[in-house]
Amino acid sequence: MDFPISGTHIHPLYLMGIGFVVGILGGFFGVGGSFLAGPALFAAGVPMNFVVGTDLAHIVGKSIVAAKKHRVLGNVDIKLGMIMVSGTIAGVETGAQLIQYLKRQANVDAVVGIGFICVLVSISAFIGWESWQTLKMEKKRDTRKSSTGLTRPQPVPSRFRRYLKSSRDAAVRVKRDESIIAHIPQRIHHLQLPPMVRLPNSGIARISLWTILGVAFVGGVFSGFLGGGAGYIRMPSMVYLLGVPTHVAVGTDLFEIVISASYGTLTHAVKGNVDILLALVMHTGAAIGAQIGATLTEYFHGTRIRLAFVPLPLIGAGVVIYSLVTGHHFK
Amino acid sequence: MRNRVERLSQKIASLRWFLVELVVYAIFVVGYFFLVLHLLGDWLKQVFDENKNFYALVALALIIVQGVTLEVVTSALLRMIRRKVR
Repeated sequence: MDFPISGTHIHPLYLMGIGFVVGILGGFFGVGGSFLAGPALFAAGVPMNFVVGTDLAHIVGKSIVAAKKHRVLGNVDIKLGMIMVSGTIAGVETGAQLIQYLKRQANVDAVVGIGFICVLVSISAFIGWESWQTLKMEKKRDTRKSSTGLTRPQPVPSRFRRYLKSSRDAAVRVKRDESIIAHIPQRIHHLQLPPMVRLPNSGIARISLWTILGVAFVGGVFSGFLGGGAGYIRMPSMVYLLGVPTHVAVGTDLFEIVISASYGTLTHAVKGNVDILLALVMHTGAAIGAQIGATLTEYFHGTRIRLAFVPLPLIGAGVVIYSLVTGHHFK
Repeated sequence: MRNRVERLSQKIASLRWFLVELVVYAIFVVGYFFLVLHLLGDWLKQVFDENKNFYALVALALIIVQGVTLEVVTSALLRMIRRKVR
């Protein structure tokens, strides 16, 4: 099939295949998947400037499908998503400007690249360790319960009760999660830095607005540096720093990606970096993949989703290593 | 043992309907390629060359409309599978 805008000739099945795989990853983990789609498009001969813009356009379509599916499952906190969008956009602009400034000053590619590799590998190792320890803790507790015959259900904390009563399907809408480092988000929730906001859909009674904006800003800076949506940073940050349940973090991240990637698509399209036909064909595969990925989250416990997430930051690190070695940048 | 057999047969039925869904979806997509994307290609190239601002708006609108439409189509197909499996 010919794509006259980017001047390429690619088989539509190849594009649909990329879309399908990235769609499953996006629906399941709440990431854009540009670390996979970018190199795959580049390998098919798409010019680098079109790779970035086209990938963002395809992410918009895919994330709409996955976010809508997650919304039906009760996994999207729209209030949290809207707050995060402003922090992310500011972070993306800051990251992009900062890297331009640093490039003018000196050759900082290697320093920044190595820094990012360290951060990404650390995130991956930390998530792996935390989810493994949490799984062990859950297993130990289950064994103790079965040996003593304890089957009493856990009481619902009082701050959730009013919300649970007003909810049509409370069991689905608030998916609480377990973590061995749950004390960290609890400490962050106690930070009294006004204005404070309530996030009932995420099960958060009170949290400082600045904390949310800070987390989104850092994710945005990563996105500005590395390109793509940097979901491999934002999703774990939402879980470990904000204390958002894993399922809700996945859904809300997707909702946020719809808005920030739409903004990115517009700015790149004005600069002539988007081949929308390529994005539309890729999206036909991604639509079904995103549905499957989002549906799969129903069958997995939050801890297991986090454990399966471990390779993603490592792939991000792989992309940085590739950029450093070959000089090609996916941004 | 009986539960296990029931669960296995349910899984096989689910997989079978998923494959049916993929075939139906593939037919939709092939039709869509020929009818819509083929006809749109030249017009989009013209807009891209002449007015980038308008092209940006059209591009965003197209991907959003396709996103919403395909979501409705895939949801309906998945609902159909679940109903058949049950």
